[in-house]
Amino acid sequence: MENENIITQLSIFVSNEPGRLAAIAGILKEFKINVKGLNLAESSEFGILRAIVDEPDKAYDNIRSRGVIVKKTDVIGIKMKDAPGSLFDAADVLGKAGINIEYGYAYSGRNLDYLFVRVDDTEGAIGILKKAGIELVKRSEI
Amino acid sequence: MAFWNKEIETMPRAELEKLQLSLLKKNVRTMYDSSKFIHDRMKSVGISPADVTDLKTFRKIPFTVKTDFRDNYPDKLFVRPYEDLERLHVSSGTTGKPTVVGYTRKDLDDWAESLARGMVSFGMSKRDLIQNAHGYGLFTGGLGVHYAAEKIGATVLPASTGNTERQIQLMRDLPVTAFAGTPSYLFHIAEVCEEKGIDIQRDTKLRLAISGGEPWSESMRTKIQDRTGIRMHNCYGASEFYGPSFLECEKQCGLHTWADICYIEILDKNGDQCAEGERGEIVITMLQKEAFPLIRYKIMDISSLTWEKCECGRTHPRLMRLSGRTDDMLCVRGVNVFPSQIESVIGEIPFLSTFYHITLENKNYMDDMVVEVELNESSLKEDMTELLKRTRFVEDKLKNVLSISAKVKLLLPGTLKRFEGKSQHVTDNRRDDW
Ligand SMILES: [Zn+2]
Repeated sequence: MENENIITQLSIFVSNEPGRLAAIAGILKEFKINVKGLNLAESSEFGILRAIVDEPDKAYDNIRSRGVIVKKTDVIGIKMKDAPGSLFDAADVLGKAGINIEYGYAYSGRNLDYLFVRVDDTEGAIGILKKAGIELVKRSEI
Repeated sequence: MAFWNKEIETMPRAELEKLQLSLLKKNVRTMYDSSKFIHDRMKSVGISPADVTDLKTFRKIPFTVKTDFRDNYPDKLFVRPYEDLERLHVSSGTTGKPTVVGYTRKDLDDWAESLARGMVSFGMSKRDLIQNAHGYGLFTGGLGVHYAAEKIGATVLPASTGNTERQIQLMRDLPVTAFAGTPSYLFHIAEVCEEKGIDIQRDTKLRLAISGGEPWSESMRTKIQDRTGIRMHNCYGASEFYGPSFLECEKQCGLHTWADICYIEILDKNGDQCAEGERGEIVITMLQKEAFPLIRYKIMDISSLTWEKCECGRTHPRLMRLSGRTDDMLCVRGVNVFPSQIESVIGEIPFLSTFYHITLENKNYMDDMVVEVELNESSLKEDMTELLKRTRFVEDKLKNVLSISAKVKLLLPGTLKRFEGKSQHVTDNRRDDW
């Protein structure tokens, strides 16, 4: 069975032309894609819009049908009870286990804050975080 | 007016043409006997050396082209054994393989002779100290100018390329009177001097320059001369001849070629001989070359030729300013770059697609080359660190092949404009009206 703590993130590639980001936002709106978390990484030539959505597979197909380059990436969602403390705990256990955090971004939910992180060993990281008593987001909770 | 070799340089045209034809016949005979390449080419059109009694018959010999060097890489065109060769030079080829040229003792002497005549023609002498900012090494520029300057007894400062600060310091501290380098580099030096409050006319003894290795214009000459007080003389050549070979005299009215060293044809689009003064494609035959044959070589440059006697008294034909290329070769910071070289580097890298575009700019008075290339969708990574690594990787690969650096921009698939038919791979935004 697939690990229920692996969250599928959509990585949408956006070229740095005026209006491209607005066009992507338009597509998300058109298909009523519910965005739970968002992050934009940029190089000088293009950007990557990282999004956590409620139905990633469907959203993936919808976005692709508009000719936009999109990839699925596995991330982990960490529940943040008290932000600075939780962030330190998570980073600390992963660091000690030699797992590298490639990037992360926060999302403030109605009841709780989340930190989505991309690591170089997703399964390994999930095991270690759980063992350390850190609460993770389940796929069904998105 | 001083001459290096007055007798030959001022020989009446009729005598010169006689001498040229006799050297041509001798060269064709030698190469027919020693070069399988030339032998086969002449056989293919049914001509033997005995038939070559005039220029008309000579012009039936098939052309030699750049790809002949690639196809005969590295040294299959050489007709002399290595024990007879004293030097090799290597320049970039159109794709992958470079062009290797060899020199016998006589070839090196003739090369220096050709340039020595030119240097004296614009007023250089043994009293000059020349700062040679052409690259020393595999390229012909550095050593070519070096040995010719020594031949006329001038003092050479082999500064080679780069390190503008040191170049400027040297020309201020030493009594440097002449400079050799690309015109854009001299312009760059003038810019830096101005920024530092250095007045070239007041703070240096520079008065003469050999400027070649890249195309430049009359307006650029006027601007740099007015600004620096340095008289600039155009230079032309290619490693297949010897290297930089022909210079302008002090009258600055075209490149003095030497009829006892080469025979130059100018051809129109149909391959017919152009009238004197008419622009067309340069086809050159080296008359005294020993290491390998260069007979009816299409150098792919466009110019015109005149036999009109120069005001300086020299009788040999002059090549007018070059005006473009018949192929897609680019000249970037004095280095020849073929888009096909860039294309072959891109083709070997799996994470790149085949879509690319080259843009040339010279905003900072130095050429900048930007290569935009689309990433391959299937190997697209969402990792920015990896993207940066890949960018550096492509830049390193390009530098290895081109010998000059280019800025690489990796783009998303589908970003570059698509063209129907022949792709437009190059945008040249360089200005020559500084
Ligand atoms: Zn002259």
